[in-house]
Amino acid sequence: MPELDLTPLRSILAEYAPKGRPGLIPALHAAQAIYGYLPQPVAAEVGRTLGVPLAEVYGVIDFYAMFYREPVVKTVVHVCDDPACAIAGAESVYNMLTYEYSQEASGAPSAITVERAPCLGLCEHAPALMVKGIQRGKVNHNGNGHLIEEIGEKPYGIIAGDISYLTANCGKRRATSLEEYVASGGYQSLKKALGMAPAAIIAEVKASGLVGRGGAAFPTGLKWEGAANAPGEPKYVVCNADEAEPGTFKDRVLMEEDPQRILEGLIIAAYAVGAHQGVIFIRGEYTNAFQIMGKAVAQARQAGFIGKNILGSGYDFDVELFRSAGAYICGEETALFEAVEGKRGFPRMKPPFPTTNGLFNKPTAINNVETLCNVPLILSLGAAEYRKIGTEKSPGPKLFCLSGDVERPGLYEVPFGIPIRHLIYDLGGGIRTGRKLQAILFGGAAGAFATEKDLDVRMSFEDLRAAGLPLGSGVVTVFDETRDLRAVLLRLARFFAEESCGKCYPCQLGTQRQYEITQRVASSEMLAGDNARLSDIAWTMTDASLCGLGQTAASAVMSAMKIWPEMFVESHP
Amino acid sequence: MSDDVTLTIDDIQVTVPAGTTLLKAAEQAGIDNIPTICYHDYCTSNGLCRMCVVEVEGSRTLVPSCVGKVSAGMKVHTRTPRVERSRRTILEMLNSAVDLSDAPEIQEFMTEYAADRERLPGARPREHPVLDDNPMYVRDYSKCILCWRCVQVCAEDAQYTYAINFSGRGFQTQIDTFFQKPMLETTCVFCGQCVAVCPTGALKPKRQWLLEQGASIDEVMDMTRSERRRKKPRIEAGE
Repeated sequence: MPELDLTPLRSILAEYAPKGRPGLIPALHAAQAIYGYLPQPVAAEVGRTLGVPLAEVYGVIDFYAMFYREPVVKTVVHVCDDPACAIAGAESVYNMLTYEYSQEASGAPSAITVERAPCLGLCEHAPALMVKGIQRGKVNHNGNGHLIEEIGEKPYGIIAGDISYLTANCGKRRATSLEEYVASGGYQSLKKALGMAPAAIIAEVKASGLVGRGGAAFPTGLKWEGAANAPGEPKYVVCNADEAEPGTFKDRVLMEEDPQRILEGLIIAAYAVGAHQGVIFIRGEYTNAFQIMGKAVAQARQAGFIGKNILGSGYDFDVELFRSAGAYICGEETALFEAVEGKRGFPRMKPPFPTTNGLFNKPTAINNVETLCNVPLILSLGAAEYRKIGTEKSPGPKLFCLSGDVERPGLYEVPFGIPIRHLIYDLGGGIRTGRKLQAILFGGAAGAFATEKDLDVRMSFEDLRAAGLPLGSGVVTVFDETRDLRAVLLRLARFFAEESCGKCYPCQLGTQRQYEITQRVASSEMLAGDNARLSDIAWTMTDASLCGLGQTAASAVMSAMKIWPEMFVESHP
Repeated sequence: MSDDVTLTIDDIQVTVPAGTTLLKAAEQAGIDNIPTICYHDYCTSNGLCRMCVVEVEGSRTLVPSCVGKVSAGMKVHTRTPRVERSRRTILEMLNSAVDLSDAPEIQEFMTEYAADRERLPGARPREHPVLDDNPMYVRDYSKCILCWRCVQVCAEDAQYTYAINFSGRGFQTQIDTFFQKPMLETTCVFCGQCVAVCPTGALKPKRQWLLEQGASIDEVMDMTRSERRRKKPRIEAGE
């Protein structure tokens, strides 16, 4: 091997060195952009420059799926592996690409590396893939002979629904500019907020009844109040844009098409909790959203919405973008903090909670993208008007990510409380090709199945809870009567086995064992006692895991066992 | 005293200082049979093994007692069917993944919780070749339960040497060095603290390991003192 030239690395490391350890993941991204992977001398130089022990640098590189410690060919193709893409034919796309491009005949042997990737958040364009970070959708609709970069279509948000508060500026097939955002009334809420006492803003958000849209549904106002009242400086606000729950693509669309709305929500949150520094943590695979958000931050800074003395108020706030590196677990808020701090994404124990001990152990308010998009709306309408949208107990608009076997997959904005039937049939056009509905996966991989009998359940927190269905991040994946749900379960089980961080035993061991038994379910080779095994493992993960990943890793399997016991026949002694 | 907290553990009322863990509070109530695996009195508790989980009324999930703190009026149950199912299943899963032959404490828990050693047929074990790359100790990660103690004592819990960390994630997590380098090429100072805290024999003094392998005394002397021998001729040459 020729001696590596570390000169270009050293010049970029100068930029990250003052950050120390929190510069680690950004520095590794930058280093990999130069060398294509992270060879030992490069990793060592990064560690020495940032003052991170080498064993820990290695630990970080090996934790995140997007960092390579072995050489890879330049063009990496990530084929989406989630249920919506699978039923749309992702597996044949994977096989086709692997076959095509590994052939000498193609003229470029091993010119590309084809990898399976966890849900790329392009479910409404299934089957989807990414070529060198470029998103492509409907990739099975192309003949051969095209450049791999031009396979399929460029995916744009497909926006519909009954209302359009959060998605008012979406659907342009491009990002809404700062000028357009301002012209449509954008940043008026920030102006209003800066004239209010922070406590008054928090009171308004509490009165609105807004709860988190990332899946945990924690009251946003309470979270802000906790961070505002917690002792310790500095305080932080974090926008959690690590969208990776299979079936979810709402945050991707919001970032790509209306980035300023997210920023406005984040700045208001920061002002309300008394933070002067924010982080937008974006999923590693979302390179397009990362670039758009970066541009949006620069424009907002130039226009005086971010920076010193915002709009003459005397309030300062700045924000940094953080690109993750391929780890579903980092959507868990404390694992996210660890990543920003330059560590493996191991979730922390709670309590203490982020409001008192968050990023860098400081008081932190962390909110999902969609949650933040509700904030300007609440301030412009006022809490009372806002509460007229949705139901009494679940106020506000909600984005649902509809995908799978429906005529019109897409992002649907509706008030809380519409029946599932309305979303799938009236808005989504019903089941594709006139087939019958078999199942709906609600809430993503960490969710649960619904069937025909649940179609009249109203989609609000209270009604879904009563029906035993999780709202999660708003995922509605539809499967028609021809689909083998056991294959879907296998896919979900593999997802959790691959994405478990390995910290606590129930999840580290349980996700692997669940995957193994699910393999037997999928191939009709269940052993005597497998139902009891699966159930014990599922309950142990649910009851005893450290974080939400493990606690929900068996959720879909358990709901399937309950609804379709006939799928779980122990045919072998 | 206002800093004291009164709670009930298995129907026994106990008063302890605020900030006490449930594990210590239970001990004070005379309940000393909460099993722990990763927990070590002199290492940072990370709540990894979840063997010490207990049921706290009002809590959706079970609570790891090694890190869970007491609060006033708490009602804790240390041995419910839910708790027992979790403990037994964790043991069965651990046994299916790791060679626990040198872990007598865990073997005892397996008996106590009636864990079935054959519960998980077809389960993939974590198998690794024994790493014998230095004269002081050997690493047999087939016996490693990922309790993190070695990583912690090598770092901020004791030595600040940072020779080891992790590779992989999930089920495939392993304790590892920078790019899997042999120990002699790392920052390891051979303090032996990692070997001392290892609960399962994954880390073993080389001498003990050689004796277990049936090596003769001469072979043991030869292999554990190889470094010193190699240096000796040079010193003599200089004299």
